[in-house]
Amino acid sequence: MARIAGVDIPNDKRLEVSLTYIFGIGRTSALKICEKTGLDPDRRVKDLNEEETIKIRNVIENDYKVEGSLRGEVSYNIKRLMDIGCYRGQRHKRGLPVHGQRTSTNARTRKGPRARPGAGKKKK
Amino acid sequence: MGRSLKKGPYIDKKLLGRIIEMNRSGGKRVVKTWARRSTISPEFVGHTVAIHNGNKFIPIYINENMVGHKLGEFAITRTYRGHTSKTGKDKGKK
Repeated sequence: MARIAGVDIPNDKRLEVSLTYIFGIGRTSALKICEKTGLDPDRRVKDLNEEETIKIRNVIENDYKVEGSLRGEVSYNIKRLMDIGCYRGQRHKRGLPVHGQRTSTNARTRKGPRARPGAGKKKK
Repeated sequence: MGRSLKKGPYIDKKLLGRIIEMNRSGGKRVVKTWARRSTISPEFVGHTVAIHNGNKFIPIYINENMVGHKLGEFAITRTYRGHTSKTGKDKGKK
């Protein structure tokens, strides 16, 4: 029910887990937020009262970059790499893996579904 | 893994020296270099460095966004001529 950091509405999960539904908050930062607000990470979100929700909201707003602005930062960083024309930027442009993985096989996450005229299997 | 902070960034001494010299004299010449492993330091901004890619020198104009990267990141060493196109027409094979 609680609405924290824009549109995220975690539900009747434990607070620690529920907070991770926000983009930019993982288990570690979720626990840290609990610690900072003095809330029990095992409590359910539905049990929180208005005051406690506001506390969480404030901590996230002040200490964390989250959701839209974080996404913006990430895409800005990628755009920067592409603009300066460095190796990593070129990999991003081409949609190939950036961290030096093999591309002879695999790399399907970056490359997308196998493409080849005619039937299925690709042969070099 | 990144380089230990204790050591500081690696910048090719000879190249840095030449850049600093050019900054002082106000000259702007293309500097040829093989030092692909050298970090780009703020002094490099505004210069054009010709970076060796193993075959020839690729002239790269350094802007302030490139500071902190290595020179080698900007001169690709591999040639990729593409695979055959999706329409089945040969674009030229490797």
